[in-house]
Amino acid sequence: MKRDAVIGIVLFALFALVPLGGEAYWLRLATIMLMYGVLAMSWNFIGGMAGYPSFATAAFFGLGAYTGAVAQKFGLHMGVAWLLAGLLAIVFAGLLGWALLRLRGHYFAIASLVVAEVLRELVNSATDLTGGGMGLNLPLPAMSSVDAQARFFYYAMLALAALTFAAMLAASYSRLGFGLRCIQQNESAADMLGVNTTLFKVAAFMLSAVFVGMAGAVYASWVHYIEPPDVFDVLYSVKAIVMVLLGGAGSIFGPLVGAVLFLSLEELVWREFLELHTGVLGLLIVLLVLFLPKGLLSLSQRFARQKRPA
Amino acid sequence: MLSLQILANGLVLGGLYACIAAGFSLVWGVLNVINILHGSFIVLGGYLAFFAYVKLGIHPFVSILIAAPLFFALGYVLQRSVINRMIAAPVLLSLTLTFGLDLMLSNAMLAAFTADFKKLTLDPPLGVVSLGPVVLPVDRLAAMLLALLLTALLYLVLSRSRIGRAIVAVRMDREAAALMGVKVKEVYAITFGLGALMAGVSGPLIAMIFPISPLSGPVYLGKAFVICVLGGLGSVPGAMIGGLALGIVESFGALWFGPEHAVTLSFTLLIVILLVRPEGLLGRKGYA
Repeated sequence: MKRDAVIGIVLFALFALVPLGGEAYWLRLATIMLMYGVLAMSWNFIGGMAGYPSFATAAFFGLGAYTGAVAQKFGLHMGVAWLLAGLLAIVFAGLLGWALLRLRGHYFAIASLVVAEVLRELVNSATDLTGGGMGLNLPLPAMSSVDAQARFFYYAMLALAALTFAAMLAASYSRLGFGLRCIQQNESAADMLGVNTTLFKVAAFMLSAVFVGMAGAVYASWVHYIEPPDVFDVLYSVKAIVMVLLGGAGSIFGPLVGAVLFLSLEELVWREFLELHTGVLGLLIVLLVLFLPKGLLSLSQRFARQKRPA
Repeated sequence: MLSLQILANGLVLGGLYACIAAGFSLVWGVLNVINILHGSFIVLGGYLAFFAYVKLGIHPFVSILIAAPLFFALGYVLQRSVINRMIAAPVLLSLTLTFGLDLMLSNAMLAAFTADFKKLTLDPPLGVVSLGPVVLPVDRLAAMLLALLLTALLYLVLSRSRIGRAIVAVRMDREAAALMGVKVKEVYAITFGLGALMAGVSGPLIAMIFPISPLSGPVYLGKAFVICVLGGLGSVPGAMIGGLALGIVESFGALWFGPEHAVTLSFTLLIVILLVRPEGLLGRKGYA
């Protein structure tokens, strides 16, 4: 644990130096990367550790974004709005998880997938509160320059990512992480051996929601304008999964590595194939699942195995 | 008499929904794969019928006959080449795989057909028919009857033909079926082909009634989810009952809560059914 914590601290300290580079494009990209990191690390709680195929990331993200936006509409301070978004996401995930986590496999996947759709329709129809399909504008933070704003949101996302990482590290080395891995391997056996599976799963689901909700709120403040199809986009759920798969599910640094790689690929695809970028993204996903289902970090293990004499 | 009319509308919708869901349910039940592509297959079938009608003057009811072998071949090849490699993998991987494939297909359709909505409008229109107090457009009624016919055909294939019995056997017990000499791989590919075929033939029927766009795949996919959960997994009668039930729920829901809440209503229904009766209305416990 100590080693992982040290590496983590060094890593995030390096991230903190990014704004010194100065260029707005790279700063924007780095902010998105940290946001992706938050989504991937959060999914790791429920998907990587407990092995439950959750597609609820988009639901938590959208819920957080709209909570933050509506709270600010009613005059709350931006920071308070962000915290409120996390709070609502975690409560929502607790209630939802208590209901949904008794399902397994495909049924859980589908149930978690439709949650975002339901929330999107609700937000769409609650026009008075959310602006419905017209979206919602957020107040600009009072800051001297556009550059200062960009730096501010970068550091906000960095703090959130560091918090998520710390939570993941702590969970991974605690009873919770151990119990979740037991659940992944054999839930009935874990249950019989005295792991409170319901409690553990719900806790993992709540942890997978709280930081995503806050990331949604920070994102909303950052881009100043949100609309339902943007923040409840099912692609957020899929991207989180793909990033974790890319880096290696259940591992500590896998999600972050996956986020960096995925964003690089995505950005390349965006730039080169503007018209076809979702298609190329799909192709990447297909290739990844077919050829690297255990993530890039598994490659080193595979090579190590091959070298060993049979 | 309004409720009679709404009921009739619901049944017409429901017939189509049954056809949408039958193939999806079959693939899910037999291969244990959720085929996210299903919605895009439906839309692709719809475009096939649209262009066949607009450019070549082929009636959509006829283009079903063209769509059927094409989509069967597409599904068969796709299963054999790609999906089969993930058949034994955890849910997450097979689901993500078909999701990636779906992104590719919907993007290709977007590039080829552009994002605007297209509707297949028959010229001259078929008019309406009134049955007592209920008035129904003939094209809708015909589409529904045809959808039910196709679904019934699938049922016959599964229950009467040799390959159909093999498919059911694989669904019940893969190992036992393999020991009895069923070629499981072949059955998987044929099942996936049949699933794609059902999507491809419901496309033309959908295109006659609803405007379609390359991005409307998820709408039909969502309906297929709900129907499978409602009716129970992997059985054609289940899809039939689930489809009709969803059609009726949607039309009465539109009347009572407003049409904008149709999605919320059906997905809420889905979650409630999953929690209360996960085996579905017709399903048997422990059979999925």
